Amino acid sequence: MSHPQLDEHGRLQHLLSLDGLPREVLLQILDMAEPFLEVTEREVKKVPLLRGKSVFNLFFENSTRTRTTFEIAAKRLSADVINLNVSTSSTTKGESLLDTIDNLCAMNADMFVVRHASSGAPFLIARHLRERGLEHIHVVNAGDGRYAHPTQGLLDMYTIRHYKKDFSRLTVAVVGDVLHSRVARSEIAALATLGVGELRVIGPKTLLPVGLEQFGARVFHDLRQGLRDVDVVMMLRLQNERMKGALLPSKEEYHQRFGLTPEKLALAKPDAIVMHPGPLNRGIEIDSSVADGPQSVILPQVTFGIAVRMAVMSLLAGQGAQA
Amino acid sequence: MRVRIRGARLVDPRRRQEELADLLIADGRIVGRGPAPDFHADQTIEAEGLVVCPGLIDTFARLREPGFEYRATLASELKAAVGGGITRVVTPPDTDPPLDEAGLVEMLRFRSEALGLARVHPVGALTLGLKGERLSEMALLSEVGCVALGQADVSIADSLSLFRAFQYAATFDLPVWLTASDPWLAAAGCAHDGEVAARLGLPGIPTCTETIALARLLELARATGVRLHVQHLSSAASLPLLAQAKASGLPVSASVSALHLACSEHDIGHFDTNAHVIPPLRSQVDRAALAQAVAEGLIDVIDSNHTPVDDDAKSVPFAESEPGATGLELLLPLTLAWARERGLDLAAALAPITERPARLLGLADAGHLGEGAVADLCLFDPQARWQVTPESLASLGKNTPLLGKTVQGRVVATLVAGRPVFSRC
Repeated sequence: MSHPQLDEHGRLQHLLSLDGLPREVLLQILDMAEPFLEVTEREVKKVPLLRGKSVFNLFFENSTRTRTTFEIAAKRLSADVINLNVSTSSTTKGESLLDTIDNLCAMNADMFVVRHASSGAPFLIARHLRERGLEHIHVVNAGDGRYAHPTQGLLDMYTIRHYKKDFSRLTVAVVGDVLHSRVARSEIAALATLGVGELRVIGPKTLLPVGLEQFGARVFHDLRQGLRDVDVVMMLRLQNERMKGALLPSKEEYHQRFGLTPEKLALAKPDAIVMHPGPLNRGIEIDSSVADGPQSVILPQVTFGIAVRMAVMSLLAGQGAQA
Repeated sequence: MRVRIRGARLVDPRRRQEELADLLIADGRIVGRGPAPDFHADQTIEAEGLVVCPGLIDTFARLREPGFEYRATLASELKAAVGGGITRVVTPPDTDPPLDEAGLVEMLRFRSEALGLARVHPVGALTLGLKGERLSEMALLSEVGCVALGQADVSIADSLSLFRAFQYAATFDLPVWLTASDPWLAAAGCAHDGEVAARLGLPGIPTCTETIALARLLELARATGVRLHVQHLSSAASLPLLAQAKASGLPVSASVSALHLACSEHDIGHFDTNAHVIPPLRSQVDRAALAQAVAEGLIDVIDSNHTPVDDDAKSVPFAESEPGATGLELLLPLTLAWARERGLDLAAALAPITERPARLLGLADAGHLGEGAVADLCLFDPQARWQVTPESLASLGKNTPLLGKTVQGRVVATLVAGRPVFSRC
């Protein structure tokens, strides 16, 4: 079965997940992001690639930060951006997800940027568009449930490539709540696609999914052991609600065992970089002195994120896209 | 009324036997076989090239009435049943309201009999409202035709309530039919806690959800002597528990759904909500073990776990979608596919959907083709291949992960008490 994000010619139709994204497309996006990074540093930060296109930010789950980065990326491509905070509008009135989509299609949308609390929601939308013969409308997954956050995964790969170049020689550790993390799943899929040298996953058993071995990951439950000689540390955000449902006893114990402190980071390679998708829980999964320290690339990640999202949008819907 | 079915390949799962002969029917019962030139039939059914077997008995099919008529109706689903060669349907009590009082059961039986299609055997609710708190009037429910007491897939969390319910059912030697599922472990999940759920970020239902619940059911059955039937097992790990219980002489039986013999977690693909079923589709290892267990007779019957769900309830993200798959019309082809995979002959293939469920229900005159048996019959073409599409299914439930797939074995005609109730032109 072909992946629903590719069209019959193998071109990118939607960006739904990095799991199933061909290596050459992934690299193409990273390459395309480079010149956009220059655009974002110019005085006039606009290119006309998406002029006249309507991009709908459809956030069924609140996220100011991600929505804003997509909005900035679309505006720098000269698109018209419409922000819909759906979590507070139609669905609470009982309208179904696909009803909402149908309505927006009728408003001649060109692209949906979708955030949803349920894994797979963007796939449902993409399938629906195909059934309706509306394949010209693109879907970009801005995070669905625990499954995927592909633009975050892409910007993370961009960041690693920027600082470290060759993936095959790297040891990368993903630390924290992998079970509930769409960011982790996207990172892990992309790292596998790019042929990372060694992938480690570190966390307590309550926060790791079964069968991590299928991703080629080495599993650690001891942060000190797991961090030894790694090149890249990718921290995950710990949601506050994890203290409920008997997943963790306390923030304090989590910090003591799995929080990134300067002393634990010292076990990694001296030139290791520290990444985090944000927002940070300082003093829980990461200490301020690490987050703000010399090895942190957390803020560059944000800058790269705009360029990567511009690359994705222009690849999907830009003038002469994928010609 | 005397009927001759001419030139058929008679397959009798009870005698493990196949024979090319005419089947003779009088007054709704099988009276013999052979050329019998002196048998004068009022009606002759030409069945050359077709298999004639006992009508299939499906031990778990939701007919959705009362209460869920927007999903399916008694008329639509019983039509689908006979279209699938099924002449008896055991239907679980999770209707709305649940089948927890005699009047509801009588109404259901009356309405289904009036349709004159497949026979309906209701399972009464074990507890009022399926809530697991107060006992239903089990003896009265049995008097009005309930073949067992059960909870559909609803678990009784409180072990004391379950213990009492088993004791009370055992008082009247009433069988109890339940699904083994720990309510807490199942609550958060929507897919097998395995490689696919891990990859897709779907909340998992671990295998121990079933084994823990099964162990509890078996121990309570041991303590009370109740006759226990465990519905649609899903995991390999449950099989040793079941084998041990049977070996120790417990009166316990089990079923597996045909879908679980055909599909695994991988059929979820890219979030196909049609593959969202309860219990979840598990790994290939589980699937293979279940298939082996049916062949060995450890699992007694194959059911359809027919659960028609409306499109709206499936057109939402996976975890939010309503679990269930349509199954009545796929019971025969999927059972045949299971048997082909294992190199079984037709008589062995059909046993888990004819003879064995008849034995489970205590029906001496059903599930076989012997003289005196009720002439509930299924005539099918074992070679015919057909594509599963919404249009090819009579059920109002079009939801199955097999949509678009081609299956083999198609029912051509179905008889209930010697009377044709379905024929495909």
